[in-house]
Amino acid sequence: MTPKAAAAPPRSQLEAALRAGRFAVTAEMQPVNGADPEQVRRLASGLKGRVDAANCTDNAAARPHLSPLAAGRFVVEAGVEPIVQLTCRDRNRLGLQADLLGASALGARNVLLLTGDDVSSGDHPEAKPIFDLDSLHLLRIARILRDRGTYLSGRALSSRPDYFVGAVENPFAPPHDFRPVRLSKKVEAGAEFIQTQICFNLPRLREFMARVGDLGLLERVSILVSVYVPRSTRALRFLRDVVPGIDVPDEVMRRLAGAAPGEQAKEGFRLALEIVAALRETPGVSGVHLISIGGQEAILRLIEEAGLRREGESAVSGP
Amino acid sequence: MADPPKSANRSGAPGALAGALIAVEKAVKEPLFGCRMCGQCILHSTGLVCPMNCPKNLRNGPCGGVLVDGHCEVYPDRPCVWVEAWKGSRRLPVFRDHMEHLNPPVDWRLQGTSSWLNLATGRDRRVPPAWDAEER
Repeated sequence: MTPKAAAAPPRSQLEAALRAGRFAVTAEMQPVNGADPEQVRRLASGLKGRVDAANCTDNAAARPHLSPLAAGRFVVEAGVEPIVQLTCRDRNRLGLQADLLGASALGARNVLLLTGDDVSSGDHPEAKPIFDLDSLHLLRIARILRDRGTYLSGRALSSRPDYFVGAVENPFAPPHDFRPVRLSKKVEAGAEFIQTQICFNLPRLREFMARVGDLGLLERVSILVSVYVPRSTRALRFLRDVVPGIDVPDEVMRRLAGAAPGEQAKEGFRLALEIVAALRETPGVSGVHLISIGGQEAILRLIEEAGLRREGESAVSGP
Repeated sequence: MADPPKSANRSGAPGALAGALIAVEKAVKEPLFGCRMCGQCILHSTGLVCPMNCPKNLRNGPCGGVLVDGHCEVYPDRPCVWVEAWKGSRRLPVFRDHMEHLNPPVDWRLQGTSSWLNLATGRDRRVPPAWDAEER
């Protein structure tokens, strides 16, 4: 579909940053378990001026949290650009189209569309998983709403939603040689930017990026790679053994385990810094997406020490 | 075009021919491919592995939750349906490139009907009106 250097004005500041070729930074908002808007605004304020956009997850890890549409609105109010995530796990095609319109109406200028973890991995494993659509269907439908101004049924909208469309891909999960092909399908379906699964395996990522380049996809889509700041071997083991699809190589585990007692958090932070530095040098990588669990302090410190701060850079003209 | 008859649900019993086709298709494809009778078969595009056995009903490739050993995140004792589909598709001469195709959303009305009949009538190629529209 539309190449990333299209003539149309950018729909979001994230899109503007990527078009300008600036190394982009996004961060995952901590999920909120409650109905207090102030809690979301406070978290978002901490990220203001430090990221291009902040992801509002959709029942992350298959556990309910404050809705991503609501969170996205409060992030906007705090002066930060949200990326509203929607998964296919909890809604059918009617609900998803309603929420795509709702996200745009509430001011979200980026959406990220995913399949979603299965309910079995969350705290309501007895729930009925929906999966009426897959993420590629959802990507195309988001583009139909935006670019054709109709629902999937063909019925006309009175006004079109306005968002930059994102997808995810996991270069680290089998079948590895199919992953670049799947990415190309997502681009064909309508993805304009990609956030990958968390990267601990740089050689694997470089192979993936090379193949994505061979397929001619780098001219059509911007790829942000996720970086996680591990605080301990326990946290790493949790990611490896409990979160599906995360590849933590043994040498990474050994490196943290080999740190002096009380030094694991420091070593984990150094690891994240090194990965960010390596990603900046990896051809085709347009930015990083930062993730930490149990508080965003590690993300803020990483932005500071890796020199990723947004403020003072002028690639983006604000509204 | 009228929706096809179903085996046993809200639209009532199928006619004799459709009923017979459903029985034969199920008897052949269930033991061979674990067929779920979605009524819109894409086995040839997915390495002769039925994608409806994916717990997320994915029609366009594996999710990001595939375990490092190639097994399913939902059923860790089973290989991922799409890992098997990718392997299977590599062995197919004509249809191997179909793994690159974008398959449309499932039409859930066809569940339990005969994909053979739906192929013959063209019913399985009917997609939602805005799905295939070209101009963007």
